[in-house]
Amino acid sequence: MTADITTRRTPLDGWTSRFAELAPAVRLTERPFRSQLTLRLRDAGRAAAVSRVLGVDLPETPCTFNRGAGPHGPVEVAWLGPDEYLVLAQPGLQRTLESALREAIGGTQGGAVVDVSAQRTTLALSGPRARDLLAHGCAIDLHPSVSPTGTCVQTLLAQTGIILLVRDADPAEFLLLVRASFARYLAAWLVDAGAEYREEPV
Amino acid sequence: MQLIPCPWCGPREEVEFHYGGQAHVDYPAEPAALSDEEWAKFVFFRDNPRGPFAERWSHAAGCRRWFNAVRDTRSYELLAVYRPGQERPVTT
Ligand SMILES: [Zn+2]
Repeated sequence: MTADITTRRTPLDGWTSRFAELAPAVRLTERPFRSQLTLRLRDAGRAAAVSRVLGVDLPETPCTFNRGAGPHGPVEVAWLGPDEYLVLAQPGLQRTLESALREAIGGTQGGAVVDVSAQRTTLALSGPRARDLLAHGCAIDLHPSVSPTGTCVQTLLAQTGIILLVRDADPAEFLLLVRASFARYLAAWLVDAGAEYREEPV
Repeated sequence: MQLIPCPWCGPREEVEFHYGGQAHVDYPAEPAALSDEEWAKFVFFRDNPRGPFAERWSHAAGCRRWFNAVRDTRSYELLAVYRPGQERPVTT
């Protein structure tokens, strides 16, 4: 028997039906294969050129992200560090974006653009109990008054490193980015932590 | 749990951070000129004060940046945090 290595598989292949059991209190779905690029910007003067490529400004405030649409469709750009950003786009755009961004920052002297699409997978989490579910294992205060729409934090959820994007504070809609090798652990934790909300009428 | 204020991310739980020992230990300007004794002093010898101590910390589970903090070794209270390259703030 030979292993099928030609078919692309996401780390959470086969979890759809278990996620669906959490509805309607919690809606959890994987958004597989999104394009993800890490951008390290040495020359802040190049930020405007990057914005033109993406159609979105680089976030200036720590722990925030900007979203919008540009020449490469809908994108999210998250602040990861003082000179470090994560670009999220539709699946299949990593090669195009990599070369476009590298040109925008002025080549390898201007910083670094790295395709990290395979590093993490994306989970979309929403529903009336989504915030309660995260509170079981995340110390960040996700109340809309503290973490409004546009918040992006790198932190721990159930001891696992995640990037959490607040796409909408009210009604709650989150994106969770988790490393591929931790994805099944986190999926199992989320399904378990959400068990108590399953039977709840909404 | 103690909260540590990252200079970029704000207060976060202590488990997100990694300790990096004494701050402001400069690499020797002329490494080749050092005697064995001076090397040993640079590599192994650190202050161990009772009271305010300038230390390196890394926000390992967050922005992954190194910064400096002044911590009172008696109470564990963090008296100040500051970014690399900044002067050690005056604490009382
Ligand atoms: Zn930080």
